[in-house]
Formats: sequence, C-alpha cells, structure tokens
Amino acid sequence: MFTSNPFYILTESIAPIFMQIFVILMIALIVVGTVMDMIHKKNVKYFFENAKKAKKNATKVLSTGDRIKVLSKTIVSDIATTSELGAGKRRAAHVMGMYGTILFWVSTVVMVFMYTNPSSNTPNIWPILWHAGALLTVIGGCWFWFFLRVDVYSEAQPWYRIIKADLFVLALIATSLFGLIWSYLQNMDLGSRWDDKVFLVFYIVANLILFGGVYWSKFAHMFYKPGAAIQKNLAEADGSRDNLPPEADGPEQFGLGIKREEPKHY
Amino acid sequence: MSTFVYMTRCDGCGHCVDICPSDIMHIDENIRRAKNIEPNFCWECYSCVKACPNHAIDVRGYADFAPMGHSVRVRREEEKGKISWRIKFRNGTEKNFVSPITTKPWGKHIPKLAEADTPNQGEMQSQILYNEPHGLNTDKDLPTINKDTFKKGVYY
Repeated sequence: MFTSNPFYILTESIAPIFMQIFVILMIALIVVGTVMDMIHKKNVKYFFENAKKAKKNATKVLSTGDRIKVLSKTIVSDIATTSELGAGKRRAAHVMGMYGTILFWVSTVVMVFMYTNPSSNTPNIWPILWHAGALLTVIGGCWFWFFLRVDVYSEAQPWYRIIKADLFVLALIATSLFGLIWSYLQNMDLGSRWDDKVFLVFYIVANLILFGGVYWSKFAHMFYKPGAAIQKNLAEADGSRDNLPPEADGPEQFGLGIKREEPKHY
Repeated sequence: MSTFVYMTRCDGCGHCVDICPSDIMHIDENIRRAKNIEPNFCWECYSCVKACPNHAIDVRGYADFAPMGHSVRVRREEEKGKISWRIKFRNGTEKNFVSPITTKPWGKHIPKLAEADTPNQGEMQSQILYNEPHGLNTDKDLPTINKDTFKKGVYY
C-alpha cells in the first residue's frame, strides 16, 4: 500500500486529465478564498500600514545583509519550527500536522501530474511520502483537536461542540484520513465492490470542503503567519519593536521572577 | 483603558484567558485567537498584558475621550526577573520603566508573621516596614530626603 501510487490505480476508472483539473481547481479555490479573505478583513492593508508605521519609528536603518539575516532566522525558527508556540505538545502537534500536510500536498501534485500516465513508473519515494504525510497530518491534527476537547468541556460546553474555528483542522484530518482509507481499500483489490469508491467520494468531498472553505476557515493563516513573523522580527531588529520596550538591562539584584503557569487552554 | 489583541501576534495559547480576573478574555470562535469580549468590563489590571508570551495584548483608551495614538506596552522577561514598560503619549513623549517581577510561586514564601518577634514601640513607630530594608534588596537604611528641598516648590 505504502509504495503504490493511489492516483495511478485510479486511472483505471478516471482519466488523469480530470484529476489534474481537480487539483488546479483546488489551487484556484485557495487563491480565490484567500483574496476574498484579504478584501473582507483588510488584513493586508493593515499589515502594510503597520509596516509603514514601524519604518517611521525605526531607530536603525537595516542593511540588506541585516534583512537577510532576520529573514533566515525567521524562516528557521518562527516558520520551520513554529517557535512562537513554545515548547510542548501544542508545538509538536502543529509541526507534525504542518509537515504532514506539506508532504501530502506536494506528493499529491507530483503524482497526479507526473505519474498518472499509463507509461509512467512512480518512484517508491512519492507514494511513501504521500502516505507518511497523510498519517502525520491525521496524528498531529487529532492530537491538536482532541486535546482541545478538554478545554471545550472545562468551559461547560459539550465536548463535541464544533465551531467555525474547527473547520480547517477537521477538514484537514478528514482529507488525510479518507485519502488513507481509500488508498488502503483500493490496494485490497476488492473487485466490483464499492467500498473504495465510497471513500474516494468522501476524499473528494473533504477536499472540496477544505479548499472551498478557505474564506470561512483558518486556512489562510498559513500565508499570514509567516508574514507577521517576518514583520515582528524586522521591527525588533530596526528598533521600532511595535512600541515594545527594549530588553531590560536593570540591576541584577532584581532577581528571578517566577515562571508563568502553563495555561490550561490547549 | 481596556485591552485589545493584535491578531497577527496572538497564537491562541490561552494565557490571558486563564489569568483575566474579569473573565472577559476569550478565544474567538472563528479564528481561535484571543479577544476581549467586553472592553467596558475590563478592570485595567494589565494581568493579560503582562502574561502574554507573544506581546500580543495592548491597551487603548476609549474612543470618546482618548483618540488613539498613544501606546502602553510591556515586555516581561521571566529569565531576568524583570518587567519593562514603555509608555508613549500622543504628543510623542516616551517614558520607560523597568521593575522587578515580585510574584512568588503560589503558596510559597508566605511570611510567618505569627512566629516573628513582636515589634517593640520603636519599631512600631518606624517608617521601616516588616522585612525592610532587607526586603528591598538593600542592607542600607532607606534613602532620606532633605526636607529643605521641599521648600523650593514645584515649578513647571
């Protein structure tokens, strides 16, 4: 199962061109949803106005080298390892989900566009990455979402209460999970049975909800968050610091304060 | 001056939700970020401002008497035991303060006053409070001000 390209097997019943059109349609939905989100929330306008304000308050002009340094630090720390989430299960779950999703999506695009022709031979690495990515997304996403249930319950809400903020994570889990089940059933070669086809439909519907719901879900945070992290670190470097005070260098006799208690909210 | 959250900095960790004595810091149902659901019930205690690990919470005056433009921001550095405030007025004046974090772990370091010696009359009349000057991290006496300086008055 892990080394077979599920999209190649699917070409027996669906032409590759339809799969490719579907992927392009999903990418178009992301673009449309994100643009609508930007127009509605005016967050990009806010972002650039804030950057302009920060530039005015800057105490230091950053050279190109400085900017590259800040950018690389942001990519390595804030973006690649989501350091703002601190150490702990929340960060671990997020990193698992993030890399799982990236692997899942990249390998999907590669396999659908490059390895669905009848003459093509899929290298083992791509199906392995696809299955591993889906698995990581399911584990990371479920870890995140089910721990969240504890908070929901502790706030006197039924644990199964689902709100709009859950749309992204649940659609992501559903996409990966249904994809995995569909691939598994397809590999079992059930002949004329309909099991794998049902899960293929679930997989398609989950994808439509995930990518069609960009405007209503938290999907676009994966574009905004890196931008905000870069701006935050640039503001620290150029001295504007979003009006924050500089790091303290007061007398040492101040001593150590206590470490803040971990929040009970996940 | 009530609190508000910079959505670009907030990661929805919930520190502010737990610490808010007024229970008005909540996690938004659409974007899972913190928000002040009732700014006019804010006690202005700044607990959430200080607790936020991402410096995502700021304060602002109500629009009817304090149009925006000022800023009150805080940086809490637990590893240094320091808390710094930067207050920016609308006319551009800036004030910076650095103070120690004096919070103690819950239930610990409670002074055992009942076991301490009963203060004598001299100690009762002294300006020095219990545990001073040691509690101020100084072994010297409290600083004194020459009262003659008061006669000069205060001029702006």
